Amino acid sequence: MRYLPLTPTDRGAMLSRIGVDTIDDLFIDVPEAARLDGPINLPPHQTEMQVERNLLAMAAQNKTASTVPFFCGAGAYKHHVPASVDHIIQRSEFLTSYTPYQPEITQGTLQYLFEFQTQVCELTGMPVANASMYDGSTATGEAVLMAHRITRKKRAVISARLHPHYRGVIDNLSDMGGFDVASPADSVNGVEDLVALIDEDTSSVVVQYPDFFGNIMDYSTLASEVQSRGCLLIVVVPEIISLGLLKRPGDMGADIVTGEGQSLGNGLNFGGPYVGLFAAKEKYLRQMPGRLCGETVDADGKRGFVLTLSTREQHIRRDKATSNICTNSGLCSLAFTAHMTLLGGQGLRHLAALNHARAVHLADKLEGIAGVEVVTPAFFNEFAIRLPAPAEQIVEALAEKSVLGGVPVSRLMPDSNMDDVLLVAATEANTEADLEIYEAALRDVLKGVSA
Amino acid sequence: MNEMTPMKQDRKQTFTGHQALILEEKLIFEIGSADKSGVDLEPVPEVNTRLGDCMAPAKPDLPGLSEPEALRHFVRLSQKNHSIDAGLYPLGSCTMKHNPRLNEKMARLPGFSDIHPLQPVSTVQGALELMDELAHWLKTLTNMPAVALSPKAGAHGELCGMMAIRAAIEARGELETRRRVLVPESAHGTNPATAALLGFKVDEIPANADGRVDLAAFKDKLGDDVAAIMLTNPNTCGLFERDIIEIADALHEAGGYFYCDGANFNAIVGRVRPGDLGIDAMHINLHKTFSTPHGGGGPGSGPTVLSDRLEAFAPLPYVVAGENGFDLIELEAQSANQPFGRMVAFHGQMGMFVRALSYMKSHGSDGLRQVAEDAVLNANYVLASLQDVMTAPFAGPCMHEALFDDGFLKGTGVETLDFAKAMIDEGYHPMTMYFPLVVHGAMLIEPTETESRDTLDLFIATLRDLVRSANAGETERFTNAPELAPRSRLDETRAARQPILRWQAAEETAQAAE
Repeated sequence: MRYLPLTPTDRGAMLSRIGVDTIDDLFIDVPEAARLDGPINLPPHQTEMQVERNLLAMAAQNKTASTVPFFCGAGAYKHHVPASVDHIIQRSEFLTSYTPYQPEITQGTLQYLFEFQTQVCELTGMPVANASMYDGSTATGEAVLMAHRITRKKRAVISARLHPHYRGVIDNLSDMGGFDVASPADSVNGVEDLVALIDEDTSSVVVQYPDFFGNIMDYSTLASEVQSRGCLLIVVVPEIISLGLLKRPGDMGADIVTGEGQSLGNGLNFGGPYVGLFAAKEKYLRQMPGRLCGETVDADGKRGFVLTLSTREQHIRRDKATSNICTNSGLCSLAFTAHMTLLGGQGLRHLAALNHARAVHLADKLEGIAGVEVVTPAFFNEFAIRLPAPAEQIVEALAEKSVLGGVPVSRLMPDSNMDDVLLVAATEANTEADLEIYEAALRDVLKGVSA
Repeated sequence: MNEMTPMKQDRKQTFTGHQALILEEKLIFEIGSADKSGVDLEPVPEVNTRLGDCMAPAKPDLPGLSEPEALRHFVRLSQKNHSIDAGLYPLGSCTMKHNPRLNEKMARLPGFSDIHPLQPVSTVQGALELMDELAHWLKTLTNMPAVALSPKAGAHGELCGMMAIRAAIEARGELETRRRVLVPESAHGTNPATAALLGFKVDEIPANADGRVDLAAFKDKLGDDVAAIMLTNPNTCGLFERDIIEIADALHEAGGYFYCDGANFNAIVGRVRPGDLGIDAMHINLHKTFSTPHGGGGPGSGPTVLSDRLEAFAPLPYVVAGENGFDLIELEAQSANQPFGRMVAFHGQMGMFVRALSYMKSHGSDGLRQVAEDAVLNANYVLASLQDVMTAPFAGPCMHEALFDDGFLKGTGVETLDFAKAMIDEGYHPMTMYFPLVVHGAMLIEPTETESRDTLDLFIATLRDLVRSANAGETERFTNAPELAPRSRLDETRAARQPILRWQAAEETAQAAE
């Protein structure tokens, strides 16, 4: 067994140092009824080559984003990640290190977490950010719980244009924690009257930016209206690259900003691991979930970093903690920070502009197809289109032509009467040729539908 | 083995601040510049923007670095980290085992890493097959009928298991009455935090003199208001709960559910199946037992196995095998069961699933059993080799980790923390300290199965020398430690009292102070 260093000789010598005859003597505390006679019924060990062959066969059955014209988004985006990012996160010292509880020998991790927090603050326009969460959806769930703690109220008003899976995470936490949620009716665009849904038990209003259908709008007025009613505005950013070009939620007055950081440094990975972003106003610092990295000095007066304000956390506060969170997304936040560092603010702006330009070009092309309507008036790199046929059917037909044409809304919102709505994303990873292939394929597929 | 105490000496000062291979490195914000970039992008084509009134007036105020500068920055940072690849990392309860590089290679196959969670299921059949096979391995190893793959980490898996329990209690119409969750005082902090998050009242069970659940005290606490017990097995003292089947039977009789914290599954994988112990739910840290890298604190992955009593409440989404291949059940309406809801966007930590399956296939049924045996053997070897000079609060054999208290340091002027920091100068990451809370000044050592006997022998000799040193009154070896690390002890009080959580330009800092 290539991963096990002990030899039979070692094992014998070690057992005799311990003073027992067999390994079974070390398992004597296991109740007899639960002792197994032999190995469990699973295949025996395999060589590296056998495992590789086996997994390659599974991988080969999947259609990968880089090999086809690809337009899926809805909370996970295909972007180019520089080769050096993957090299950095595979450094043994980052990859095989634990949570930095011994700061003298984990300054590497701690310093990049401090850099990550600074970058998240600058991108979102917020004064404090934590050292990452599992992903955007769980970060958003935690934000609602935090708003409940701060306001001592237990009802959240949620935009119907929040990602349905994020909504699902909040609904689940609410069901389980005895909280309430309220939402306006489903709609693809237009202004939602969220303020009208606020009552005296409401802690927060949750909006997404860009929203699930790709709409972007300035939430400044909403922020002041929400806050004047004693509630917090939580702004969810599912595509962090959008903040290279868009006004920052912090500048609009958001109280808490959560987000999905996958687009910087992290691949699609079929949905995980990703990296949740969490930032807030300074006055709410001590109600934040998750780890925080802070600057300090060592005994020789040199600058260094430590995990701090841990009296909020479960390993100290146990049942009084702000969250049960222990693990975060360390390595994914490193990928985020490395990619962000390579880009710089100027590079991010350029990248964001490129994304927007591709999306506008695509919208222009698709609008030219009879029966297709772009229903998102202002957007970043993703928008919704209305089709003359069920979107799921069109997506399947496009997939047969090796075009992954987007995400049908009905897959996530089956009861919304939006079977004909398709979410389409374009990024820098799409070439102009991809856009043309998509346009032609969609024309072709729609011809089949009307025939 | 050098039995001499190193002479304390001030480190030579250098002009650069560097010390040979330990290179000081400033923050990105101090070395980068606004007009620098390490990424070449295509020019932006002319378009009529459709940004409404949302365009930011200026680019983000973040500096960039060219690729060579960025690499140097992060490589220098990396050199200030201890890692498994560089040396023993005996953190108890954390299972810092070798992370096979085959797993990394497999997770990076484009067929797994470059697929979107919402592309048509017909185009991701291999990914669903992998999830299905991983589920099969986890269910078989635990003898449990169901597994929820989506939880993103151990604590998230705990939440999943307790949510399934809550849903089952609700389905029985007993949610109003079953409010109490029993948690041993030796439990991980995540256990009471999870129970509290779901509105349960946490009731602590004391430990007995053996370091295990006090069975009589436990039975006294049972009643028709008990929802569940949250028990770690093997427990955080590194001991197998001998009475676990009796605990499960009594609990079930009283109508409660058995949540097992599976953080320590590495001790029994392939040898004991939790389903045979009467467990109803258990999370499995793929980043512990199944070797996915800890990555400096994540990402983790916490699939949660469920008994037939809880199976119907498993959360969305899940994979099913049908006539036309695999399908994903993502919505309640598609489910034949009563899923309690959704814990996360998408399907869980696919990247970790690939690594874990690669690890399982590499070991096979036989190798996994050997993993548990070697992990337990290594821990007992450490215990047996140190218990004459350090104090073990509980009699062995232990499972995969050896627990000591600070009794042997009494009167030396050295405390657990100092002892741990002195280990840093000797090239070791300290063991887990001050946990579990049930013993004074705890030191919990988990070597894992991937350490050789030679490595353990040097580690044991080092600890024996440190004990000798403490007893000989050489306190400066401890209280000044670490002296050879990239940083000496950091002022944590200052960090908490005057929190600086982000970099700010000097003039901004000055303004903030005004």
